[in-house]
Amino acid sequence: MANIITDETIEYVGILAKLELSEEEKEQAKKDMANMLDYIDRLNELDTEGVEPLSHVFPVNNVFREDIITNEDDRENILLNAPEQKNGSFQVPKTVE
Amino acid sequence: MNLMSLTAVELGKKIKDKEVSVEDAVKAALAQIKSVENDVNSFVTIDEEGALKRAKEVQKQIDSGELSGPLAGVPVAIKDNMCTKGMLTTCSSKILENFKPTYTAEAVLHLEKAGAIIIGKTNMDEFAMGSTTETSAFGATKNPWNLGHVPGGSSGGSCSAVAAEECSFALGSDTGGSIRQPSSFCGVTGIKPTYGTISRYGLIAYGSSLDQIGPVAKDVTDCATILEVIASHDTKDSTSIKRDDYDFTSALVDDVKGLKIGIPIDYLGEGLDPEVKEAVLNAAEELKKKGAIVEEFDLSLVEYAIPAYYIIASAEASSNLARFDGVKYGYRTNDFEGLHSMYKKSRSEGFGAEVKRRIMLGSFVLSSGYYDAYYIKALKTKALIKKAFDKAFEKYDVILGPAAPTTAPKLDDSLSDPIKMYLGDIYTISVNLAGLPGISVPCGRDSKGLPIGLQLIGDCFQEKKIIQAAYAYECTREYDRCDLAKKGDK
Amino acid sequence: MSKQYETVIGLEVHVELATKTKIFCSCSTAFGGEPNTHTCPVCTGMPGSLPVLNKQVVEYAAAVGLATNCKITQNCKFDRKNYFYPDNPQNYQISQLYYPICRDGAVEIETEAGKKTVRIHEIHMEEDAGKLIHDEWDDCSLVDFNRSGVPLIEIVSEPDMRSAEEVIAYLDKLRLIIQYLGASDCKLQEGSMRADVNLSVREIGATEFGTRTEMKNLNSFKAIARAIEGERERQIDLIEEGKQVIQETRRWDDANSCSYAMRSKEDAQDYRYFPEPDLVPIVISDEWLREIKEKQPELRDEKKARYKKEFDIPDYDIDLITSSKKMADLFEETIAICNNPKKVSNWLMVETMRLLKEHNMEPQDISFSPKNLAKLIQLAEDGTINSSVAKEVFEVIFKEDIDPNQYVEEKGLKSVNDEGALKATIEEIIAANPQSVEDYKNGKQKAIGFLVGQTMKAMQGKADPGMINKILKELL
Ligand SMILES: [Mg+2]
Ligand SMILES: [Zn+2]
Repeated sequence: MANIITDETIEYVGILAKLELSEEEKEQAKKDMANMLDYIDRLNELDTEGVEPLSHVFPVNNVFREDIITNEDDRENILLNAPEQKNGSFQVPKTVE
Repeated sequence: MNLMSLTAVELGKKIKDKEVSVEDAVKAALAQIKSVENDVNSFVTIDEEGALKRAKEVQKQIDSGELSGPLAGVPVAIKDNMCTKGMLTTCSSKILENFKPTYTAEAVLHLEKAGAIIIGKTNMDEFAMGSTTETSAFGATKNPWNLGHVPGGSSGGSCSAVAAEECSFALGSDTGGSIRQPSSFCGVTGIKPTYGTISRYGLIAYGSSLDQIGPVAKDVTDCATILEVIASHDTKDSTSIKRDDYDFTSALVDDVKGLKIGIPIDYLGEGLDPEVKEAVLNAAEELKKKGAIVEEFDLSLVEYAIPAYYIIASAEASSNLARFDGVKYGYRTNDFEGLHSMYKKSRSEGFGAEVKRRIMLGSFVLSSGYYDAYYIKALKTKALIKKAFDKAFEKYDVILGPAAPTTAPKLDDSLSDPIKMYLGDIYTISVNLAGLPGISVPCGRDSKGLPIGLQLIGDCFQEKKIIQAAYAYECTREYDRCDLAKKGDK
Repeated sequence: MSKQYETVIGLEVHVELATKTKIFCSCSTAFGGEPNTHTCPVCTGMPGSLPVLNKQVVEYAAAVGLATNCKITQNCKFDRKNYFYPDNPQNYQISQLYYPICRDGAVEIETEAGKKTVRIHEIHMEEDAGKLIHDEWDDCSLVDFNRSGVPLIEIVSEPDMRSAEEVIAYLDKLRLIIQYLGASDCKLQEGSMRADVNLSVREIGATEFGTRTEMKNLNSFKAIARAIEGERERQIDLIEEGKQVIQETRRWDDANSCSYAMRSKEDAQDYRYFPEPDLVPIVISDEWLREIKEKQPELRDEKKARYKKEFDIPDYDIDLITSSKKMADLFEETIAICNNPKKVSNWLMVETMRLLKEHNMEPQDISFSPKNLAKLIQLAEDGTINSSVAKEVFEVIFKEDIDPNQYVEEKGLKSVNDEGALKATIEEIIAANPQSVEDYKNGKQKAIGFLVGQTMKAMQGKADPGMINKILKELL
């Protein structure tokens, strides 16, 4: 196995992804990710020198909206699925100490 | 007569001709669901009440002449990653177990306007991540042909519901083969159209640059008809494309004389089940008999599509699924200390293993220091794959091959080895990377009695060519119904 | 402190664009409003929703780029910046990293030390976040997405500034350019213009930059100046003590004049940018760029040159009038009606400025119309009202934009120009104030002022003081 995923990497990626893995899941994730990266690394066999990365598959450009207000107050709907709400707002744990 | 044995277009015609009422059609679907759903588990949500209520409304509109389209009154099932206003939309995930969208996806709106009756939401791999419908938080869907096997995925629920005749047709979504592979496993027909043909507005994103909605039905005629109804240029989706033609049904012609068909040698090599290979080559032979020019060619790069796909799809997914955080909708953990603990616990408890695996991978390949090595490399590979297809389509009208290397695997056999599962998408994935249209049509069964799917791939915006080729092939054989479907016949 | 230090400052300025709708949805950008009443599935990150770009945002951003001498990226794209925070509904911000719309610009600033160029690294378009309100009672925070998706441009300068004075001159320059373009009102207090300060210090003569910190939460010019001073001192102290400056983001607490680090293990600053797959590239053709250029209104420097040529008013006046777009517009619109540049300039320079200061207002807040100011000038010019009455009436115009003709009529404020009536009053005043008359005759010039004042009082202010003076002198 060429790729080795450390505890620190799993910890760090967990912070980025906002996932908290159990010890068991972490061990599994280390293995899975290393396997996957080994597999992915076969792309290195391909010579991509000078190839333009293709993010949008078709050359469609300039899709715009005009600057016209068409949305009305839809607060009731927007808050419909909120796990917790207060005063017409989404309620979250305190964000500052 | 068993109404559910009809195709969507046949049933629609009977309804239009007043031979059958919309209510009868809906009741027939609900009855079949009652009889087989315990076995197959195609659905996450069944909306009996809503469907019956809607049946009355649609009947009125048909009677008044307001509705006259081919799908008016026909029962449809929607994959559970498309938003339906007021109706649970879960993506088969615990994190959305209580989510009721406040708007309806554009493609579904088109169906509603055409008078199709939504009877429920179909099971899928969680957030469309999987090839077996086993990663659903609400239990696996079973293959109606053999309940010990998977239906494929991620649109497994949609395909099994059509095969088991719990609905007349269904919508699926295809990011790396998620319509074509389960269609193949369930013996039904499914199309992934050219990227941008069907609005993604309201489709809960997995890999935004790859996702496309498409029809799943009993035959090519149904698929072309449904495609005609749901395809549109939508100003709410910036990647939606304004096409010159939407008259897909005009391609339902039994004629392939002079059609140039290429079979990639790379699609017939190692890993391909011999029985699948034989069925697919037999299908090619049938087309040849009808006058098509069939030859093998070297497509190249096929083995690089999967790694490129998993980088791009996982990266996009890691970002697309960031919004599920316990703040605005969906699951929030009960027990947390502070904001970040709320985020982490809600997401870790809400997402299943495969989703977490891909979010972790996607976050990693985008993280500082790895972006160029992985993400940019994958986008360059994608460019090369697109080029390889462009070259192939200079020579061929249609590319022919299997939809999947095998028939449906047994339940519980796939998840333990993710890479092996990912390899199952080898013939479908590059089509998504290149944005091309692809169709899977049944082309026989293996010795275990499991269906085999033939895949036809077209150049971008050339749906009509693959529809025509698929239709011509379909004309050579009868639609094969599974025993579970026949339960409704008496 | 034995060594001499130089402060090196670069700015990241966020400006809210003056569009009617948000950048990616058709919700209103109106300020205020009950929480979450200007929201939709797109700007609240509902599953399945997709962004569609507001064309006006591109035009404003390109116009600002052109006015700040930037190169316009004719093939530009959006990227996703990924980070979790409750004010960010998708937990990614749609922004631009790889192909920002503008690059390599520069503006000239002027301080007491003279003129200087501040280079602009780039300008990119992005979406604003929602607002978090901290609820003390429930020990929680509340999220309002009304601001979520309001279009911003972020103007990133090179580290070319060396003092708070230069920073403020630069901000002022940007503010004026953008206001003149009509691309934003640039109000620091309301947050439509916000600046983050990147600051490092180094010994004078050093060629390498020191480690910089980024300071956030600066919502007035004064706070910016204080934060720069505070951070400079903090960094010099660290260096003098032989400690390291850590590259970090700090939050300025203006009330306590100090800053603190916004560090947390949970906020790894690794934004995992990648091209936004839900939006297609923007191609700005030469033709479109030309159209944007042609639409560009006259900017301040051009305006100043024109005023100098067209109107006979001092440079000082020109400078002040053009120091806000609102003032310059008012000036030109009023002149168009009454064709009296000097008088219009005077009213703006003196009375308007005084009242703005008195009410703690910005020129943008002016609500009176050029029409009513022109009418007032006319009334004063033709002697219908005297200058003190005119000032009184102007205060009412400033507050309520009343029609001065009607007001003067209703309140009976017209000057009495009937010489006979005035003469009779003056005779009465002379008779009633023999002492003053005596004093005047004995050469006390001041006494006449008293008599004018008494007459004015008797006339309830509605007389022309020049005329009173003349008649008084005749009678005495
Ligand atoms: Mg920014
Ligand atoms: Zn909105």
